[in-house]
Amino acid sequence: MIEVENVTKRFGTVVAVDNVSFTVKKGEILGFLGPNGAGKTTTMRMITGYIFPDSGTVRVAGYDIFENPIEIRKHIGYLPEDNPLYTDISVMDYLEFLAQVRDIPKEKRRARIDEVVDICGLGDVLYRDIGELSRGYRQRVGLAGCMIHDPEILILDEPTSGLDPNQVVGIRELIKELGREKTVIISTHILPEVSATCNRVIIINKGKLVADGSPEELSNMMSGRASVVIGVRAPKEEVENRLREAPFVESFAETPSGEEGVLRYRITPSDGAKATEELFKLAVQNGWVLTELYRERVSLEEVFRQLTTSEEG
Amino acid sequence: MRNVLAIVRKELKTYFNSPIAYIFMIVFLTLSSWLFFRGFFLIGQAEMRPFFSLMPWLFLFFIPALTMRLWAEERKLGTVEILMTLPVKDWELVMGKFLAGFILLCITLLLTFPLPVAVAALGDPDPGPLIGGYLGTVLMGAAYMAIGLFASTITENQIIAFIVGVVFCFAMLIVGEEIVLFSVPDFLAPLFRYLGLGVHFSSIGRGVLDSRDIVYYLSVIGFFLYMCVHTIEGRRWR
Ligand SMILES: Nc1ncnc2c1ncn2[C@@H]1O[C@H](COP(=O)(O)OP(=O)(O)OP(=O)(O)O)[C@@H](O)[C@H]1O
Ligand SMILES: [Mg+2]
Repeated sequence: MIEVENVTKRFGTVVAVDNVSFTVKKGEILGFLGPNGAGKTTTMRMITGYIFPDSGTVRVAGYDIFENPIEIRKHIGYLPEDNPLYTDISVMDYLEFLAQVRDIPKEKRRARIDEVVDICGLGDVLYRDIGELSRGYRQRVGLAGCMIHDPEILILDEPTSGLDPNQVVGIRELIKELGREKTVIISTHILPEVSATCNRVIIINKGKLVADGSPEELSNMMSGRASVVIGVRAPKEEVENRLREAPFVESFAETPSGEEGVLRYRITPSDGAKATEELFKLAVQNGWVLTELYRERVSLEEVFRQLTTSEEG
Repeated sequence: MRNVLAIVRKELKTYFNSPIAYIFMIVFLTLSSWLFFRGFFLIGQAEMRPFFSLMPWLFLFFIPALTMRLWAEERKLGTVEILMTLPVKDWELVMGKFLAGFILLCITLLLTFPLPVAVAALGDPDPGPLIGGYLGTVLMGAAYMAIGLFASTITENQIIAFIVGVVFCFAMLIVGEEIVLFSVPDFLAPLFRYLGLGVHFSSIGRGVLDSRDIVYYLSVIGFFLYMCVHTIEGRRWR
């Protein structure tokens, strides 16, 4: 549905997006992550045709961004960063304007407007000037505007920034609902939001793509670094000596087990070690009674931090 | 065309939903009528010529005031990003904005009808100069409008857009005047004379409808609208 191919964009000497490629399939909800200034907004602007790449190209629904920009824009609903809106016209006038340029037939316009007004909960403010609305309502106006033509693709740049927690949940639900039949790209700094709504994640850092996969895949990719927790019934001194000697253990720390006579440790494995298997063998060899043994899940936060901070070194 | 009309409607709604349009019309009508009637009673001339000769100078400030927001405001608000990702061509955006301002100007000029009515009641004016005067005024207004819109596309600051608009319009107005022609090399004088907005205006105002004057105005409008499209499109590449 969306193919981004070796796209590069410079602003003066700043390389905002550096040779980035990825594809988004129909029906995917893609979370687009990266620290401030990573190039998320710039990438989205190139997909929507607001700006052109310096090199590389973007294809959307089979059309090339340089050859058929207008055709591409028909397929996309775009909520730009900071949700820009007119202030001096009413919500109704704004939606009518969009319905007109989006080529919705005259007799269907009113019905479609009613529909999105209903979905976004704008009924109470329909005839008020947009400039008078609260931030949350303005956000809803922005969302209503970008889906008025029922586009196959939604590109949302930080759609929940600045909303209160209830509204965030509301919008998240809405996006999930829309994602059932649409292709969605959503950028955000709120990682739990991604785990909750997205089935695919792309992380970009300093203009470069550093990770691409489902949230699970990204966790697994990092799983070599995941801590392993072991609980055993055994003499404390022996256990700690063995762990200290073991080559696959980088460090370990005792954690309370909450059970009399049971020792519990959180172990950081050395790079590339199959720590879980090795620990099992160790317990068997020494005749320890194993009460628990599992690998902790790497959170998306952890993955994000690893990929976007350790790059420098 | 449908896209252009949608833009026109949106712009007109914005003009009339805020006080801009009303202030523009009221101040313009008051000022032009007052200046006209003052001369009318002092000199006792029952003709419209003095009214039309005010227009280039009134428009110099009134039209950039109307056009300054057209593009600069979109950039300030950030809505330009919405506008430029709609399935609308850049020239359609420019044309819609231009026509919206032009329509507001035409409405305002229509509201000056009491003046020719009063003149007709008191004297026996020639319809030639009257029609020519209005036609020239409309064409000149449209040319100013295109220049003002261009000024609005080069900045996101409306005040700057206004000032640049006034300066450009002023330059186009006086470039054909004798003082300027005097100070340029002889071989350039005919070119400068041709470029001046004012020269073409006065010949239309006399009731002489020369196709060269109309072609001239349409070229000025076309050139500046093209420059608008060029500036807007260029920004996609930056
Ligand atoms: N119009 C512009 N002119 C100059 N530099 C720009 C422009 N737009 C973006 N940049 C630069 O390009 C880089 C990427 O910016 P971008 O807005 O894409 O980041 P982002 O990932 O969206 O960040 P954030 O999370 O803060 O929104 C930044 O260094 C930014 O300063
Ligand atoms: Mg951004």
